[in-house]
Amino acid sequence: MTGYYHPDHLAKFGTIAEGNKELATKFFDWYAAVFKEGALSEREKSLIALAVAHAVQCPYCIDAYSKTCLEKGADLDQMTEAVHVAAAIRGGASLVHGVQMLEHVKKAGM
Amino acid sequence: MSAPIELAVLEELASTESGPKGTKSLRARESPLAPPEAQLRVLNDLRLARGDFNTALAACGWPELRPAALEILQINVGRLCNMTCRHCHVDAGPDRVAENMDRDTVDLCLAALDRTTAHTVDITGGAPELNSHFRYLVDQCVVRGKHVIDRCNLTILLLPRFADLPTWFAERGVEVVCSLPHCRKRNTDSQRGDGTFEKSIEALRRLNAAGYGHGDPRRRLTVMANPVGAFLAAPQAALEREWKIDLARNHGITFDRLIALNNMPISRFLEWLIETGNLLEYMERLTNLFNPATVAGLMCRNTLSVSWDGTLHDCDFNQMLDIPVATADGQRPHIRDFDPDALQARRIQTRRHCFGCTAGEGSSCGGATA
Repeated sequence: MTGYYHPDHLAKFGTIAEGNKELATKFFDWYAAVFKEGALSEREKSLIALAVAHAVQCPYCIDAYSKTCLEKGADLDQMTEAVHVAAAIRGGASLVHGVQMLEHVKKAGM
Repeated sequence: MSAPIELAVLEELASTESGPKGTKSLRARESPLAPPEAQLRVLNDLRLARGDFNTALAACGWPELRPAALEILQINVGRLCNMTCRHCHVDAGPDRVAENMDRDTVDLCLAALDRTTAHTVDITGGAPELNSHFRYLVDQCVVRGKHVIDRCNLTILLLPRFADLPTWFAERGVEVVCSLPHCRKRNTDSQRGDGTFEKSIEALRRLNAAGYGHGDPRRRLTVMANPVGAFLAAPQAALEREWKIDLARNHGITFDRLIALNNMPISRFLEWLIETGNLLEYMERLTNLFNPATVAGLMCRNTLSVSWDGTLHDCDFNQMLDIPVATADGQRPHIRDFDPDALQARRIQTRRHCFGCTAGEGSSCGGATA
């Protein structure tokens, strides 16, 4: 095997059960339950998943949830806004640490 | 002999003003994909692991697909349309002047209707309102106490000579089933042509003003949603909830119910799937998501579809692929030879496109079937 991130690995996700069936079953059952319609719709959950996929930069999840969002009735406008939310939180998370930096500078500097 | 159409009307229909044009018909472009047999060949030639529809049916307890009680007579009055949407399975457009139902065939449909148990007449096209016998047909069905559905592209209601239709429909209790692929502008315009969304919203406002979409069963406004791309229709109940909120908040529009329909790999949607390299994956998705719970409610089991020339089909999709109902003598079945008992005993014709109606929640002219 050469390289990382093979697109066909997404379809093979289920083979993770080979090393431990019980844990895999628990994971996939829980995963399916998470995405069922509840207080949030399937479309809303898919948009959250798409945003998180971008935040954790998982190419498999981006492939999967780009399609799922469309199938749940989202459009490009909504999906782009979701990705901007992820980007804003990532950017904000970096920037808010600047306050820590600022306090160091204030304490150490004259 | 189809109803004559004036040149001025044809010029009007061909204009972008009369209706947005996402593309041109396969016929107008002389596409090699225009003939139904070419489309069937493309579908048959695909290498699909689970591509035999009858095998899929047999595996879930349906060795033969036969009709249930006839409930709906669906009449496709012609392929003429003021729009040319990119996904149209009819290959309708302003150039389709030859294929329009004449008065004699309309009368044959009415005579047949009187010999059936059908409670609903579902009128489709093209833009069915463009057929010059449309209002006669509606009136005759209403007189017979039938529930009448007009499958409306919305934009047609903005043409001056059809501006009275919302009120005219309301007076007759006609259900308006209107096409709106998405509750937002981007997707609607990308599939149906620039400007469609704004025109559709204006038409919906006029229908609301005529009493449609406010919960009155005699003025029922049904929105028909379909995916804008190579994926399945979204869950119908969730879409209805979300679109009701979205259209009310952003446009002040109300509607009664939403039905979701999968796109069929026929005519212009088939062409789009081929051109974008999506065909195989789309067909694999349809076959992989075959849902046995959709079979009992398939529309071919409770509907009979009549084409503009009077030929009988199991559904509008078979009609576009030129697959008429099976007859004992092998003759092309025509509405003039209407025989309810023989039709009830027929075996429904299936091909690979049928996977479009059995995938996921199922799909029909009445929406999800599972």
